[in-house]
Amino acid sequence: MAARRLSSLLSRSLAASSSSGSASLLSSLGRSSGCGKSIHRFSTAAAEELIIPPVQINYTQNLINGQFVDAVSGKTFPTYDPRTGEVIAHVAEGDAEDINLAVAAARKAFDEGPWPRMTAYERSRILLRFADLVEKHNDELAALETWNNGKPYEQAAKSELPLLIRLFHYYAGWADKIHGLTVPADGDYHVQTLHEPIGVAGQIIPWNFPLVMFAWKVGPALACGNTIVLKTAEQTPLTALFVAKLFHEAGLPPGVLNIVSGYGPTAGAALASHMDVDKLAFTGSTDTGKIVLELAARSNLKPVTLELGGKSPFIVCEDADVDKAVELAHFALFFNQGQCCCAGSRTYVHERVHDEFIEKAKARAVRRVVGDPFKKGVEQGPQIDSEQFEKVLRYIRSGIKSNATLECGGDRFGSKGYFIQPTVFSNVQDDMLIAQDEIFGPVQSIFKFKDLDEVIRRANATRYGLAAGVFTKNLDTANTLTRALRAGTVWVNCFDVFDAAIPFGGYKMSGIGREKGIYSLNNYLQVKAVITPLKKAAWL
Amino acid sequence: MKAGVSTILGGLASRYFSWGRAINRFSTSVAVEEPIRPTVQIDYTQLLINGQFVDAASGKTFPTLDPRTGEVIAHVAEGDTEDVNRAVSAARKAFDEGPWPKMTPYERSCIIYRFADLLEKHRNEIAALETWDNGKPYEQAANVEIPLVIRNFRYYAGWADKIHGLTVPADGPYHVQTLHEPIGVAGQLVPWNFPLLIYSWKVGPALACGNTMVLKTAELTPLSALYVSKLFLEAGLPPGVLNVISGFGPTAGAALCSHMDVDKLDFTGSTNTGKIVLGLASKSNLKKVTLELGGKSPIIVCEDADIDLAVEHAHTAVFFNQGQCCCAGSRTFVHESVYNEFIEKAKARALKRVVGDPFKKGVEQGPQIDGEQFKKILNYIRSGIESGATLEYGGERVGSKGYYIQPTVFSNVEDNMLIAKEEIFGPVQSILKFKTFDEVIRRANTTQFGLAAGVFTKNINTANTLTRALRVGTVWINCYFVFDAAIPFGGNKMSGNGREKGIYGLSNYFQVKAVVTPLKNPAWL
Repeated sequence: MAARRLSSLLSRSLAASSSSGSASLLSSLGRSSGCGKSIHRFSTAAAEELIIPPVQINYTQNLINGQFVDAVSGKTFPTYDPRTGEVIAHVAEGDAEDINLAVAAARKAFDEGPWPRMTAYERSRILLRFADLVEKHNDELAALETWNNGKPYEQAAKSELPLLIRLFHYYAGWADKIHGLTVPADGDYHVQTLHEPIGVAGQIIPWNFPLVMFAWKVGPALACGNTIVLKTAEQTPLTALFVAKLFHEAGLPPGVLNIVSGYGPTAGAALASHMDVDKLAFTGSTDTGKIVLELAARSNLKPVTLELGGKSPFIVCEDADVDKAVELAHFALFFNQGQCCCAGSRTYVHERVHDEFIEKAKARAVRRVVGDPFKKGVEQGPQIDSEQFEKVLRYIRSGIKSNATLECGGDRFGSKGYFIQPTVFSNVQDDMLIAQDEIFGPVQSIFKFKDLDEVIRRANATRYGLAAGVFTKNLDTANTLTRALRAGTVWVNCFDVFDAAIPFGGYKMSGIGREKGIYSLNNYLQVKAVITPLKKAAWL
Repeated sequence: MKAGVSTILGGLASRYFSWGRAINRFSTSVAVEEPIRPTVQIDYTQLLINGQFVDAASGKTFPTLDPRTGEVIAHVAEGDTEDVNRAVSAARKAFDEGPWPKMTPYERSCIIYRFADLLEKHRNEIAALETWDNGKPYEQAANVEIPLVIRNFRYYAGWADKIHGLTVPADGPYHVQTLHEPIGVAGQLVPWNFPLLIYSWKVGPALACGNTMVLKTAELTPLSALYVSKLFLEAGLPPGVLNVISGFGPTAGAALCSHMDVDKLDFTGSTNTGKIVLGLASKSNLKKVTLELGGKSPIIVCEDADIDLAVEHAHTAVFFNQGQCCCAGSRTFVHESVYNEFIEKAKARALKRVVGDPFKKGVEQGPQIDGEQFKKILNYIRSGIESGATLEYGGERVGSKGYYIQPTVFSNVEDNMLIAKEEIFGPVQSILKFKTFDEVIRRANTTQFGLAAGVFTKNINTANTLTRALRVGTVWINCYFVFDAAIPFGGNKMSGNGREKGIYGLSNYFQVKAVVTPLKNPAWL
């Protein structure tokens, strides 16, 4: 059970909640949404007194070479509570000079050790100790994540933090299992490959899942023996600093993991352009991803992993379990306030079940509990900031103008902070803006389709290719769609299953490379072929 | 060394080049003599699009030259954006509608095997074409490179039906698997130094994984790729799967890199061009890019090395293919205790090197590829002299016609000299002296490049220490230029991204798709 709880994953919780049983109680999301049903919608929570987060903010400086330090410029920037738009802390604002210091520390930690010169087992032990410390501070970290990001506390505490711990356990286990190969030769040579650490990795993480993305990037980089400069998103700088502090408590040598808070065009660009950074991993928007790759191309050709935007189709076939599809399509889109790169943001429903689906999807959205994310049972908190808030509302207006049918929602929720009503559009056409652009908000778009060839063509007619959902009971349909969809993940009769071992990443303009699982290790290894002649070989 | 068929087929540069020793150094006459007439006709000069040889949309052609003389050997259709567009839409259609990705892997494998057989049948003509257009010794083309091309295609034919995905352990009642799918349309840009060998590095894995492609050849060597691609069609490759465009980088190349319907890019060439290629990919549709770029690879001769072996390999490492190798051993670090002996022997070996008409038997070194490279190399040689390196041998052109350069050896080269830092891509050996391991490791790694390295020692501890410390993609210990199909090749740092050849070369040409579905009443998890 403990293991199940640790690994409790987002959609799984949902599935579990519908089948009920003790396992479901342990998992979070499903429970929150299940509980949600019994709570009145839009409890005017936003107007009520906000719950005070049960955590203190202790770390606001940059973490360089094992020390918390001010920015070289002395500048700070405010970070906000998305529930109110009020400042919760002032954070050191890193820029090119701070990046230079951090890279120099990481360079030294890599070139002179001890990190890459420790045994893999020693590195593994430090990752495990770190995971234990995170577990100990689970609730504080979850509170900090919610305070800074606005996501439901129950989601942070019961899904995301356990997933972070799970990911570090996973990568700790990889550290001493990075095997090279011996290679068959065409003559009398002994050939082997070494899988070596790359060196200094620059990592840029987004604001929608600050700690989970931290784990996706830091876990494999450390398991493979690299050192790191990580830039957090300017909206959510707090939790990475807290956990990085725990990493040092766990025995990570100074300089191995450096954290710089700051903005993309300054600190981010400096990291992406740095001549002494050997590897770059970025998660964020496709437009920014293009800039990141170009900066790498123009500087030192550091290899780049990109995990970018999406407009993932969710295909509900005529034979699907409609209730289950409605619930998961709802979850696929509204989870995390719709702020997921792999959000199921194009719901294609077969014409035979289309009307039934819409009624049920609408009913489910109307039941969605929006409010103070610290409040028990709340499913949806505020959007991250005013810019995103305005952007999402613009897309909603665009949907209405382009004649999609607004089934429910469509407006802000309350008068304070960045809450938006769960919004459902039906009769959405492929050429509408809301069908093409990534909205990154709680806006579900429902489309009608007739046959498989048509829906395959339409689902693939996008510059993105991150993920897809398929709902059918028919094995042939599942197999056909699974191969035909040009997406990095296909969830069949489920969605948002995010186990540590499952690779994640995009086709087309959704990104380059895969994170998580065995595939993610490649991102942090160089392959070195080593060849030497054989004298009197017993076999070839 | 073990002789026999496998050695010859897998015949690698260093293995082959021991032959050179038996022959007298360049008969100065060669360049003056009438060039030998190649025994091959040039039948294919148009673009290959959708299974048809066609003129460029503009009707334009460009001349391709014989590096022995600088004279025109053929006029070749000059591809540009419009032609690239046509080729990409043919490749797109061949991918989206098939039959190529919808054939069984075994069928794809059989076509690649048949192609290899046809290459073998036409081996001598193809080698002659390669030598004529490129200037490399015919014996090297016929006995080493074409057999290696055949070997590479057989290697990848064998992979076609062995592209396994994984089943993945899940944390709950889910069935998880990964599919390794073809990416789609691959754009490939091959260089002029090993036109067909690099063709096989790129086309082999792309086809084995079920992709379709548009390949742009180097403007200096367009001929052999057209010839062999015709053989691919004969072998049963469906039209549109492999399209070949001749043309220039800033026009046809840039169009391919920027194309919104190309899903993958694979480029071999200079580091500067590689940066442009990656920039175009990032500005267009973020197509995935593999880069195999320049190098300044160190050879480290330790005090306990077999000096004669080290001299011979260090010689081959830099002079092979007229020095036109991305992984040329262009910085020879020699321990001070054997430094003087090494220089004498290296110089003597260079002196023995046979330069001349590459079609002539026993010739080890032909002309450089063209006038531009020829001048660039002579400038580097002047720079070496001016910066105070000791010119041990060579330093001048050979003859008065074509682009021949004397095997040139510099000693007393210092790390800060231009010839020690930049890729010369010519027959210029630079010998540097070192004292300690820590010093030579530091100096060997102080470069923007990280492609390859050679280590010569009898001591296993020295070998192991250097192997780990050198930041490069290949370490050859007591050998050099071993290029088996299964050995991955590629660079650290600014020598590139990704690995070609071997099992690693496959991952450049597939996408990973995770497939997840719930399990009902599973018997096990």
